[in-house]
Amino acid sequence: MRFKNRKIQYIVDLILELAKKELKVRYKNSILGYLWSILSPLSLAIVFFVAFKIFMRLKIENYVLFLITGLFSWQWFTNSVYASTNLFLNNATLIKKIKFPKDSLIYSMVLNDLVHFVLATPVIFLFILIYRQKISLYLILFPFVVVLQYLFISGICLIVSSINLFFRDLERLVVVFTNLLFYLTPIIYSPEMVPQRYRIFLLFNPMSNFVILYRNMFIFDRIQFEIMIATLIFSIMIFLIGQSVYKILEWRFAEVV
Amino acid sequence: MKEESSCVIKFENVTKYYTLYHNFVGIKNFLFNLPSVIKNLKRQKFCALKNVSFEIYRKQTVGIIGKNGAGKSTILGLIAKVLKPSLGKVYVEGKVVGLLELEAGFHPDLTGYENIILNGILLGLTKSEILSKIDEIIEFSGLDGFIFQPLRTYSSGMLARLGFSVSVHIPADILLIDEVLAVGDLDFQKKCYKKIEEIKNKDKTIIFVSHDMDAITKICDRVILVKEGEIIKDGNPYEVVEYYTETS
Repeated sequence: MRFKNRKIQYIVDLILELAKKELKVRYKNSILGYLWSILSPLSLAIVFFVAFKIFMRLKIENYVLFLITGLFSWQWFTNSVYASTNLFLNNATLIKKIKFPKDSLIYSMVLNDLVHFVLATPVIFLFILIYRQKISLYLILFPFVVVLQYLFISGICLIVSSINLFFRDLERLVVVFTNLLFYLTPIIYSPEMVPQRYRIFLLFNPMSNFVILYRNMFIFDRIQFEIMIATLIFSIMIFLIGQSVYKILEWRFAEVV
Repeated sequence: MKEESSCVIKFENVTKYYTLYHNFVGIKNFLFNLPSVIKNLKRQKFCALKNVSFEIYRKQTVGIIGKNGAGKSTILGLIAKVLKPSLGKVYVEGKVVGLLELEAGFHPDLTGYENIILNGILLGLTKSEILSKIDEIIEFSGLDGFIFQPLRTYSSGMLARLGFSVSVHIPADILLIDEVLAVGDLDFQKKCYKKIEEIKNKDKTIIFVSHDMDAITKICDRVILVKEGEIIKDGNPYEVVEYYTETS
């Protein structure tokens, strides 16, 4: 990518090179690199399929397809957030020695997970074919939603990674919190199964909105503008909050890593 | 008065505290002993630099010596602007490039070539800028035969070569060298000193931190001795080094 402004060019180069490094490292070390990144959501999907579809007879059609559309984007979220807790600590030597935009470490890490998420989508199409579903035109909105999710996750990661330097317990709290959030997000069940009076809370869970948006595109061939707008606002808000948390704490990083 | 105008680094009554955060750790501790935790926070400060003032002028090569924990790295951190002074002011003019610690910007699974690009970008160049210098860097490092091998196959001397080669090819006004030259072989050390001479003649300022007194007296034209966060001697390399070796 070429930019006229050297500063922008530099930031873009920095983020891309850092992300590239992680991708290269991941795929250099294992022949099955790509498989590994889809294996864990797929194995989860199998477990949930057996437990909820076969044992508990959940009435959701094309359940595997239903599951993986949610699980893949959830996987992106947890991978990035877990990795972010120790990201600055792992790069302590860099942070102590040179002045560089440290948030680029976050952006490149989330970008790296974005690539994995996008690379996993062929599996979704495979199941669309298996279940003989048609491919929705609304999928042209897919890149847009991916960008929103990128902003949202980056924001969360900025908050988590910055605060974790000063409050190391956050790392454990994050694990507990994401586990809870998993069951509060309609991944293994559908939002329609949530009693009407609680359903409003789903709207305040950005991850639930992402899962719903992806499913609308991949499975239900529809679009819900109110969720789209809510997600847009939420994502940008979280991103800006993350940015400001980072900016407030950044100058102390070299002292505490 | 000519000297005044070419001052590139200026510390004005700089004091640096580090808050010792481990007292803060633990949510249980934090919640149940809140008053004492906050009290501890205020008390548990480590003073790394005490009211330090000095100026460094363009084209000077300044050695900073002192025992471990004396405050040398804090001074470098303040010059590199990764740290902020608790009190006082630090003025730095121009672009600062530090030599990276070997493990810092490098990844063992990437090749030497890929690491040069990554390192160059971390040190502030865009990709096209580093690519335009990469041949020069590889040639200087003398590692052409290994440059497409993964870094984990390199010896520590080879790593030092690569790190030094990248850093000195980054255009900078102030170069921070923190204890790296010792690892390379004699041949490469000679090359490094030659390069440092070359950089000195190019209007650049060099700050050199080392425990190798021979290297200090060889390169520097001024030496600062720090002890427990204070500057106790500043001046002619031979005198300061002699004082340091006698008193320690």
